[in-house]
Amino acid sequence: MPDYAWPDAQHRTLIGTRVTRVDSPAKVSGQAKYTYDVHRAGMLYGKVLRCPYAHAKVVSIDTSAAEKMPGVKAVHIVQGPGSNIHWAGDDIVAVAAVDEPTAEDAIRAITVKFQQLPYLVSDAEPPKGSAQEEGPLSIDAIDDMLDNQVPANQMVSIIQRDGLIKQGSEDELKMLKADGASDAVLEAIRVATIHPEASSKPPSNYQKAAAQTVGDPDKALAEAEVVSEGLYGIPVITHCCLESHGSISEWIDQEHLFTHISTQNVSGIPGQLAEPLKIPATNIRVHQDHIGGGFGSKFSPDRWGVFTAEVSKKAGGKPVRIMLERDTELKVAGARPSAYARVKVAAKKDGTVVAWQSNSWGTGGPGGGGMPPIPYVFNIPNQRQEHTAIRNNIGPARAWRAPNHPQAAVLTMCALDDLAAKLNLDPVEFFGKNLNLTKQREHTYREELGIASELMGWKQKWHPRGEGASDGMARGVGVSFHTWGGRGHASDCDLTIHPDGSVDLKMGTQDLGTGTRTCILMVAADTLGIPMDAIQLQIGDTTYPPSGGSGGSTTIGGVSSSTRRAAVDARDALFAKVAPALNVQPDQLECVNGKVSVKGDSSRSFSWKEACSKLGAMPLTIRGKNPDRSKALDLTNSGVGGVQMAEVEVDADTGVVKVKKMVAVQDCGLVIDLKTAESQCYGALIMGISYALFEEKVMDSATGRMLNADMQFYRLAGLNDIPELVVHMMTGQGYDERGVIGLGEPPVISPGAAISNAVANAIGVRVPFLPLTPDRVLTALEQKVGA
Amino acid sequence: MRDDGENPKVPDDNLESAGVSRRDFLKISGISVAVPLVAGPKMVMAAGEEVPVYGPGKVPLEFAINGKNYKANLEPRVTLLDALRDQFELTGAKRVCDRAECGACTVLVDNKPVYACSVLAIEAQHKPITTIESLMQGGNLHPVQQAFVENDASQCGFCTPGFVVSCKAFLDKHPHPTPEDIRRGLSGNLCRCGTYDAIRKAIAQVAQKGA
Repeated sequence: MPDYAWPDAQHRTLIGTRVTRVDSPAKVSGQAKYTYDVHRAGMLYGKVLRCPYAHAKVVSIDTSAAEKMPGVKAVHIVQGPGSNIHWAGDDIVAVAAVDEPTAEDAIRAITVKFQQLPYLVSDAEPPKGSAQEEGPLSIDAIDDMLDNQVPANQMVSIIQRDGLIKQGSEDELKMLKADGASDAVLEAIRVATIHPEASSKPPSNYQKAAAQTVGDPDKALAEAEVVSEGLYGIPVITHCCLESHGSISEWIDQEHLFTHISTQNVSGIPGQLAEPLKIPATNIRVHQDHIGGGFGSKFSPDRWGVFTAEVSKKAGGKPVRIMLERDTELKVAGARPSAYARVKVAAKKDGTVVAWQSNSWGTGGPGGGGMPPIPYVFNIPNQRQEHTAIRNNIGPARAWRAPNHPQAAVLTMCALDDLAAKLNLDPVEFFGKNLNLTKQREHTYREELGIASELMGWKQKWHPRGEGASDGMARGVGVSFHTWGGRGHASDCDLTIHPDGSVDLKMGTQDLGTGTRTCILMVAADTLGIPMDAIQLQIGDTTYPPSGGSGGSTTIGGVSSSTRRAAVDARDALFAKVAPALNVQPDQLECVNGKVSVKGDSSRSFSWKEACSKLGAMPLTIRGKNPDRSKALDLTNSGVGGVQMAEVEVDADTGVVKVKKMVAVQDCGLVIDLKTAESQCYGALIMGISYALFEEKVMDSATGRMLNADMQFYRLAGLNDIPELVVHMMTGQGYDERGVIGLGEPPVISPGAAISNAVANAIGVRVPFLPLTPDRVLTALEQKVGA
Repeated sequence: MRDDGENPKVPDDNLESAGVSRRDFLKISGISVAVPLVAGPKMVMAAGEEVPVYGPGKVPLEFAINGKNYKANLEPRVTLLDALRDQFELTGAKRVCDRAECGACTVLVDNKPVYACSVLAIEAQHKPITTIESLMQGGNLHPVQQAFVENDASQCGFCTPGFVVSCKAFLDKHPHPTPEDIRRGLSGNLCRCGTYDAIRKAIAQVAQKGA
């Protein structure tokens, strides 16, 4: 049986070292081609007319003037008269023209009449008594779940649990299927229990989830020695990918589509386009070299991906480019659900946490959204959670890097930090005391907490709440904990060794900027014993073996495992061909630095090129897979822990918060490339500072529109906002042997909570909601004085 | 076809009532009709002087980009960024915010960094324009580019070309920057993946080496 196991530290040449990203030269020189950069011969430029209202019905559309304009090649109604529109910025009519100015003129020449309908864009605390119990669903509600990418298995269980208001008609089922409903969901609708009595009840914007209770929270709260109560929250923010969503689509013939699309999910796109375009998935080719950010918002082709292809067909199959405008990108192409909670948390005098009770709410747009996993990380023995989902008209939510976890971290770690303050305990001591509640991660967290404290200088910097002020500037420190899964996804690859010694590796994955290309090459080169630049890697195309979407920190485990298996098998197959020429058994051979030699006798050897010539006339291709039970063992794993600390300075006169230092200590099993792994953590800290201090999708209740749909008022952190950052990766014994685990999500979870806790430590009062803007800080300070 | 001059008010239910787009703002009001003819300027009297008026419709334009001559027939409302990307396939400068907020489209005009999304192509004629594509010389990366590579200063890389051009211009002007100079001098470019720490290290490295 070949040995697929990851080599130990003494037998690695590249894995675990610091290797420079292989596609950096292309990126720094402007040569890297992104979807937005693709320029196909004869390409037309598409533009989209969008609904300006948060909730409306399309009454009429007049496109006649646009159709007559010179240079306009196609006009396509996306949502015709009678359509209900649930958020401002939704697509109504698309046009394609010879150039962008002409397409813009054509859009202006189209007249659409809307009937405005009542809407809600707020996610403020639900008024008392407003929330409906979860009950029978409407077909619209199911369609909303599809819009919000609720996983199919979850949808099936909700439909089974709640039933339907009325039987879905075949037309409605067809519509749902076109919107992406899986067969399992459609079947669940067909056999669902019908509750006709529920149909008369107008649907509420507030949907109460079933309360969850563990242990006896009432008794534990009543008997607890110290109880802390607080209000916490984190608003809706956007993904704000620098490369907006979009695609360039063209028809090779009546039945074959070629699309360049900005996606985290190259291999998964054809399957999603096939049904709405009514062609087999095999007839769709997808290509992407580089992607300018996704963060969880680019798994689907989206409706605009479908109609770009339809517009191209109307224009005789010519390539059509539709990339979203920046305002649209911020309005409709991705938002992280909000989460707010009133929390009661209790402990014994010695700091042992005994009870948790939370009443939470939040919105993920029209679909409402679920409760974050609270209490987070710390498994408190007695707990009760009640959650109300707000269904409103702010636009759909999407997975945002570590879905639900940053929210859970803010609601939990801030509440626990307030409890520590009430107990007059140093949070490091308090959290340390309760680490047994983190179960199997306890050892990791304890080790990480010690390292983080050292790197931050916690002992010197921490002070009891509010005692950090001097000269009007208040300094403070805060800490937070997080966890994530990160097991590798399904991933196939083909590794080919050619008789001339050249090697190629093909995989239908994508590199989001995480270093995927670099890591695949490191694993292949380390395993084969040849330099990385001797291997040609091709990714980002549906003509290569399928590999999962890059989300949920699943990519590195998937691509490294399948590459390892393919490379081990290819190396062993090559050794089998070479061994007779050296008069040894194949297992007595090794390849190091491009030289195939007898173990222990390097005088008996071939160069890589000579060795490969023994293959004969035909190249050798090996398919590597993940998961692969026939090729034990599992090379990837799940479950990581991380600890982060923040130090802030708050100007008590202006309310301005400056982060002075951040420390991230993170484990992710076996690290492939230490350099790009650290970059993931640096990036996550920076993204975290950005959402902790600046980011919020601000909705205007008077117009139902997003007020800050640009990059001036939807503020991202800039270079000037970034302090000293310290990243420490947990590696070596106890970590490496766990196998490869993903890293994209975990380090972005804690910054909001750590920074909020640091601000509370500095100014002596909790600023309840992120982002920690000057107005919110000043309001909290005023209330402290007033109290 | 609609004529803004005759019909300045748009119906309430039209999307454009939401606000004035940047392009509307940039273009000279009242001449939005696209006339598919290429024509030279018309001379008109304004404030006692004869001034050339270009458009409506496409006009022949000439550019000096990276030491080469480029020609195109473009409407006066086309931005320098769109001309670079869509006409000349110089796609290193990126279109992100499209309104001078993020710096991803930074190029040098007259050796000064500008946001190409907010300069009209017609205004950039005959001025030396330098884009990211020209920084590599004879297959070698520019020192700023090399430092970006070594310090892993790009992740998705979409902001990177704009940042590299800004950094080059910044270092040309401030060869010995203090950390404070760096923080202030490069606050005109935004990154979403969070590469600022590496960018800072890259600049410090070039400043030290180049000194």
